[in-house]
Amino acid sequence: MIALRVNGTEHTVDADPDMPLLWVVRDLIGLTGTKYGCGEALCGACVVHLDGEAVRACVTPISKAAGRSVTTIEGLSKDGNHPLQKAWVELGVPQCGYCQSGQIMSAAALLAKKPKPTNAEIDTSLAGNICRCGTYTRIRAAVRVAAGLPKEE
Amino acid sequence: MNRPRDTQISRRGFMRGAGASLAGLVLSFYVPEQIARAAPVQPKALPPPNAFVRIAPDDTVTVVIAHSEMGQGIWTTLAMLIAEELECDWAKVRSEHAPAAAVYIGPAGGIQMTGGSSTTRGEFERYRQVGAAAKDMLLRAAAARWKVPANKLVVEKGVILNGKQKLRYGEVAEAAMKLPPPASVKLKEPQAWKLIGKPMRRLDSLDKITGKATFGIDVTLPDLRTAVILRPPAFGAKLVRFDGAAALKVPGVEKVVPAGDGVAVVAKHFWAAKLGRDALVAEWQKPEGGGVNSDVLLAEYRKKAQEPGTTVASVGDAAAALSSATTRFSSEYELPYLAHAPMEPLNCTVKIDGDRCEIWTGTQFQTVDQKAAATILGTTIDKVQIHTTFLGGGFGRRANPRSDFVAEAVTVAKAAGVPVKVVWTREDDIRGGYYRPAYVHRMQVATDAKGNPSAWDHVVVGQSILKGTPFEGFGVKDGIDNTSVEGLAESPYLERVSAKRVSLHTMKTPVTVLWWRSVGNTHTAFAIEGMIDELAHAAKRDPLEYRLALLDHSPRFAAALKLAAEKAGWEKPAPEGRARGLAVHESFGSIVAEVAEVSITEGRIKVHEVTCAVDCGSAVNPLGVEAQIQGSVVYGLTAALYGKLTLKDGQVQESNFHDYPPLRMFEMPKVSVHIIQSGAPMGGIGEPATAPIAPAVANAVFALTQKRLRSLPLRLA
Repeated sequence: MIALRVNGTEHTVDADPDMPLLWVVRDLIGLTGTKYGCGEALCGACVVHLDGEAVRACVTPISKAAGRSVTTIEGLSKDGNHPLQKAWVELGVPQCGYCQSGQIMSAAALLAKKPKPTNAEIDTSLAGNICRCGTYTRIRAAVRVAAGLPKEE
Repeated sequence: MNRPRDTQISRRGFMRGAGASLAGLVLSFYVPEQIARAAPVQPKALPPPNAFVRIAPDDTVTVVIAHSEMGQGIWTTLAMLIAEELECDWAKVRSEHAPAAAVYIGPAGGIQMTGGSSTTRGEFERYRQVGAAAKDMLLRAAAARWKVPANKLVVEKGVILNGKQKLRYGEVAEAAMKLPPPASVKLKEPQAWKLIGKPMRRLDSLDKITGKATFGIDVTLPDLRTAVILRPPAFGAKLVRFDGAAALKVPGVEKVVPAGDGVAVVAKHFWAAKLGRDALVAEWQKPEGGGVNSDVLLAEYRKKAQEPGTTVASVGDAAAALSSATTRFSSEYELPYLAHAPMEPLNCTVKIDGDRCEIWTGTQFQTVDQKAAATILGTTIDKVQIHTTFLGGGFGRRANPRSDFVAEAVTVAKAAGVPVKVVWTREDDIRGGYYRPAYVHRMQVATDAKGNPSAWDHVVVGQSILKGTPFEGFGVKDGIDNTSVEGLAESPYLERVSAKRVSLHTMKTPVTVLWWRSVGNTHTAFAIEGMIDELAHAAKRDPLEYRLALLDHSPRFAAALKLAAEKAGWEKPAPEGRARGLAVHESFGSIVAEVAEVSITEGRIKVHEVTCAVDCGSAVNPLGVEAQIQGSVVYGLTAALYGKLTLKDGQVQESNFHDYPPLRMFEMPKVSVHIIQSGAPMGGIGEPATAPIAPAVANAVFALTQKRLRSLPLRLA
């Protein structure tokens, strides 16, 4: 049995220590906002925060999360009122929406460290998050708006 | 804006009866816009409003969306159409997916589906009619309560007013629902529109940024099991035998069952199912003849391209005109197989109960999937219930005439005897087939003294998407699958070429193929816009001026090109180290011109800016149009710069995003979108901007380097 805290709630899960955090969160705990896209840390759809750091849940064994605190998209804010989420709605970022949990969690980790990022810093921080719908322009603008910057650099 | 003269007629003549080949089931997929325009507007019975809109006592208006939301924004657009006529409070509007049922079959034809960039233009009448009919019923219900004539009442944002008396829609909705719908409705004049044409925010954003939105992969049910499938490792490989013992030892694995051409491992959760699948021992019979190799295949295609194929369209004697011409050009263009790679890997959840079955999946093809499931289960389609979830991208992959991922899941659930969610891994997705076919185009062109084309012989070589599918009878005519050649015969560039021929070699391979965002236009636009650019440069003329001269009888094309060029600063030289290229193409009823500005940075093509001018007739939601254009450019640019699947011995060599890489944020050019509201019949918007980007970039690379790249993906060396 492995104990971890997810979005402030304690969970004890019966899982193989190698089982990725992604599938523990989705299939055992039932929080499906974190997405599977590649299983190889290539696309960023599964990004969550582990003790505040952005990690790729698809390659993070649950043993590594034991006793630690995980934040998923469901725990980022109550009612979607994180500044990033508000900017995402305002600028109409999502298309299919599948990658957006990971995009927002990556951006949230960035803003926690760099409250006023440059475009280059945004691009670097989100380089690992793929969007097949091509929402990149609006993502970049929404991160800037959430940071209190003008939409374009 | 109409084309002058009777050019539409002459082009249709050149298309040699293409209209007849496109009737029926797949009408909305490929119908060239000029034929759609010619179709008479037939007065039909009004749609039943109660099937499309519900109003709750708290005034919430729920719009039932007959198509699939896969990112293109129709949950918002179709809701706007109803809300426009209903005059309700937009803040109270919600959307939900319709079940699969006959009433939701689109006016464009035959089946309930989403594709061909057809939703908004196809539903423009019906959804407004529903809104108007519902409003009429609500007013009659209020009039009955107040005992006044309904025509004395007015509505403001969902509140019915009779002098100082007020009734909210929610207060009369129940009574209104029971009234007979009106026999006819009068729709608002465009000048009275309050929502249509305004930039509107999406209705599904909040759910999609909080993790609440349910995609197929998120579906949960009591006792639901997850299955991962071992599929043939190569096209043409056959399962000889398998041993599931090791798989069954994986904790959480419950069953190993045959699944179509492969074997499914059924487990408590995905991770166990995947470990179980990886532990399966299977013996495969190699494909006959050793399997497909893409290099060999393309060499064969190139050889075929030296001879004309089956005639698609012919005017004059192209061969004779070419042989007697003094200035001739010959070029070959090549495009590889492509996977769609939607962000959400394919998945499908199936629960079977006697002769009934429930399916939860993100599909673009409800009616087709219903039929496939009913066939497997030996039941009728009314017993197959489909719950359409959000689609984590579609791009055509979730509209399969063979219903592959749905049929497979039904087979597994039937064999396993429990509700099952089949989930594809990314590797399964990249290697699992149903690709944009590989193509070779060979063009031989003669030019006149000004360098304009005077003869054009165009040979296309590639696989048919529709042959061998249930759609063959509708989409293939006289051996010509229109998806192989769309955008060529009707190209305005060829309109005044007096000797021209388009012909097609339809090739057979074991590789499964499917439509991919913008379908045949992905390759026809690359070939024809590349060739036109070659001719412009050979004539030492400006590529814009050259095109405009050829398009002087096609004002919509010319206007789009001029606007894109003007906004991109075509008249001014590009910044140091950069150059611009352009392309224009019509598909799905919309004309898109794109100017790409590129440089070579660290030995690679870098696209800095893309300027798009889009004539889609009219735009219901300009904010949505902009998003679709930006997205299409990224999708097409990924293919232009990186997209390629390689087959060796029948096996796809690529497997995940490291070797089938999509464009990432730092590579994203600035994409500006300029909408032309020409007033032409409404065109589609989900796909038309995909096709012009590859030729625009290739043409820009030529302007910069004098190197003509005729093969995708674009490689400098």
